[in-house]
Amino acid sequence: MIRLVAPATLRRLGILGMNSRNIAYIGANNPRRNYQLVDNKLLTKKAALERGIVVPELYGVIDYQFQIDHMLEQLQGRDAFVIKPVQGSGGKGILVIVSRDGEHFVKSSGGVIDYRDLRRHTSNILAGLHSLGGRNDFAMIEALIDFNPALGEYSYEGVPDIRVIVFRGVPVMAMMRCATHASDGKANLHQGAVGVGIDIGNGHSIAAVQHGSLVTHHPDTGACFKSLRLPDWDAILDLAASCAEMTGLGYLGADIVLDRLRGPMLLELNARPGLAIQVANQEGLIHRLKVAEEIANTAPDHDARIRMAREQFHRPEPVFPAPETVPAPAAD
Amino acid sequence: MIASRAKVGIVAGAMILFGLALTAYKVVRLDLPLWPGESREVWTIETKISFKPSDGPVDVELRLPGGLGGWVTLEEHFASSGFGFSVVEEQGGKVARWSRQSLEHPTTLYYKQQAYRARREALPAFPVSEVEAPLLEADQQAAMERLVVDLRDRSSGPATFAALLVQELARAQPGQDAEFLLGTYRETPLRVALDVLAYAGIPAHSVRGIQLQDGRRRQTLSELLEIHDGSDWQLLDPVTGVSGLPDNFFVWHRGDGAALRVMGGRDSRLEFALVRNSLSAKTVVSMEQRSDDFALLDFSIYALPVEQQGIFKGILLLPVAAFVVVVMRILVGIKTSGTFMPILIALAFLQTTLLVGLAIFLTLVSVGLWIRSWLSHLNLLLVARVSAVVIVVILLMAVLALISYKLGLDQALTVTFFPTIILAWTIERMSILWEEEGGREVMVQGGGSLLVAVMAYLIMSVSVVEHLTFNFPELLVSLLGVILLIGKYTGYRLSELYRFRDMANMK
Repeated sequence: MIRLVAPATLRRLGILGMNSRNIAYIGANNPRRNYQLVDNKLLTKKAALERGIVVPELYGVIDYQFQIDHMLEQLQGRDAFVIKPVQGSGGKGILVIVSRDGEHFVKSSGGVIDYRDLRRHTSNILAGLHSLGGRNDFAMIEALIDFNPALGEYSYEGVPDIRVIVFRGVPVMAMMRCATHASDGKANLHQGAVGVGIDIGNGHSIAAVQHGSLVTHHPDTGACFKSLRLPDWDAILDLAASCAEMTGLGYLGADIVLDRLRGPMLLELNARPGLAIQVANQEGLIHRLKVAEEIANTAPDHDARIRMAREQFHRPEPVFPAPETVPAPAAD
Repeated sequence: MIASRAKVGIVAGAMILFGLALTAYKVVRLDLPLWPGESREVWTIETKISFKPSDGPVDVELRLPGGLGGWVTLEEHFASSGFGFSVVEEQGGKVARWSRQSLEHPTTLYYKQQAYRARREALPAFPVSEVEAPLLEADQQAAMERLVVDLRDRSSGPATFAALLVQELARAQPGQDAEFLLGTYRETPLRVALDVLAYAGIPAHSVRGIQLQDGRRRQTLSELLEIHDGSDWQLLDPVTGVSGLPDNFFVWHRGDGAALRVMGGRDSRLEFALVRNSLSAKTVVSMEQRSDDFALLDFSIYALPVEQQGIFKGILLLPVAAFVVVVMRILVGIKTSGTFMPILIALAFLQTTLLVGLAIFLTLVSVGLWIRSWLSHLNLLLVARVSAVVIVVILLMAVLALISYKLGLDQALTVTFFPTIILAWTIERMSILWEEEGGREVMVQGGGSLLVAVMAYLIMSVSVVEHLTFNFPELLVSLLGVILLIGKYTGYRLSELYRFRDMANMK
């Protein structure tokens, strides 16, 4: 028998549903003309640089098929880089090369591919395979993030990124997405990545969820999520709120990574952020969105909005499960 | 936001009311039945007369069917722009006459009628005229004499004589005399038969009519042989020799003389387009009673040309399928690959029937995925790869059709109804999905698409749904209103009640 939860319960918990998100938040707060800035990662990067927001370094852009060989030759000197579609969605089509092995390239998952695979992947990106609506696209080549080693143990074969939902310039909810072996190095929660709810107040972990159930330790690395404290939390919130101002979108998801040297860095923006963040935080979004609306109406400026959000959304009690359910870390 | 909600509510409400009110009006005042009760097969017959004019005045005469064999005409309509037009009563029935002083271009005239067979009755009495022996060459006469003597020997009366004659003429290797007659006449066996019957002194003539086949577009007149056996007229199929009036034969006219005469024109052709509709008995009766002042029915789909009616039968079902997709995605939250792909699959299922369709679909997609995985090694550009998959899908369809035909499984021939391009894209998307998100997601989305397609199919194939959409297209306006309302639904999806099921335990 499939167990369902009553709609009334979800409503009481303030869980945001897909229809409500689409109509009441995205439809009502995100003017369509501003989507371009978010959906096109090159435009995002350009706008971010103008505002002094830190982004990964751009190595180059490939507009046409015939440029592929030339561009890839220029990568000779670089061992690590990322190729992604300029208008990709949901992390599709992102190829992360972490090192070289002679003529071969090593992916973040440890898989080895050769030059032909790299060409094929780039060619697919240009043909629009991974892009919104299947339009022709461009491929961009970026520096690989040298992510903060303090967070290294929380992710397996992938970069842990921090998703912050910003509503009308107020940071509302945050989570860190940690890749696992099950998620194949991807930070997608529905593929088995761990979502760690983050306290807006102080950047500490609140809860960790994999496949919808609470966990305390990373299934592959064994790191304990309870002790997770995000460094540079002020800067992360500041960056997320600035992105909202930059794009003019009322309901926005900012994906942020922590670079070892350069600190919080904007990876990409999302005008249609998913709902899984509620599971990771074990809390519904709706109540917080209502509070955020008040903050947005009363706070005079950027800093005041962040300050009030940190006060309002601070959670004193994390919801990690009792210690006896701690699974043994995978032996490797 | 509240304002836009209210606006949508008012517009949607008005649409729903409009559709329901118009439907109610048609049901209550015009007696159109809401449910498909006992039904009658109503044939819409579109007669097309085309010819090339020569110099001088043009005069076209078409004999009109006289309601023989229990056929009742519900409605008739003539298209005769630029022509003088009249229907005159002549001996032997009504004749439609188009005339014009001069004409320059090849022209087509139309006559459309709706008819159904109210009673299954035989053809009425018909005067027996004096039989005139045909004028023949000496050798023909000798052959005919021998044939008649031979047939007389073997038959017991005019009826068996005619049956044997038809058999003789239709044989692959007719006897010497019959073969000689057929060879020298250079005419259809029916003409030869009529002359032989005349020679034998048996009154006979041809009966022209239409073989009714749903969806036929260029049907021509066919003929039956009618002979008098001394007391009654008997009908015979001149090819098979079967006696009696076939069920699917619409009698156009009886006796000698042409159905169509064109003076001042050449290369004239008489062709028919046919569509069958199942109309409820009540509708048919009400149409019969007031075929003149049935204004609202004039604005219904039935007023369209026959070919378009057939197309609309299918098109009017599409909104219902779209509605299923809307409900399944917004209210239930099922993931499908491609928003409207399920509708196209469901349309294909309508042609193939469900189980055959499912089998074909699964075969095509799985073989396609397998071939696509091989193509992915070739490192092709996307558009070329999808095109390659399109061609592979078409070849697969051909192979499937051939194999099933050889095995005697006619149903699998309907494979051609599957939308090739959509299938190719589905295969391409699924294979990418497989590479990027794993087989599980492929199963979820593929299964979701199939589930929605099957549901859409099941709803579209309910006869009430087809009856309602075709007879009350205004209900689609109501459906549009409902879809607008669902478009404003901000509640939870059914799938979310499952997705967030563990959230109920928190705190």
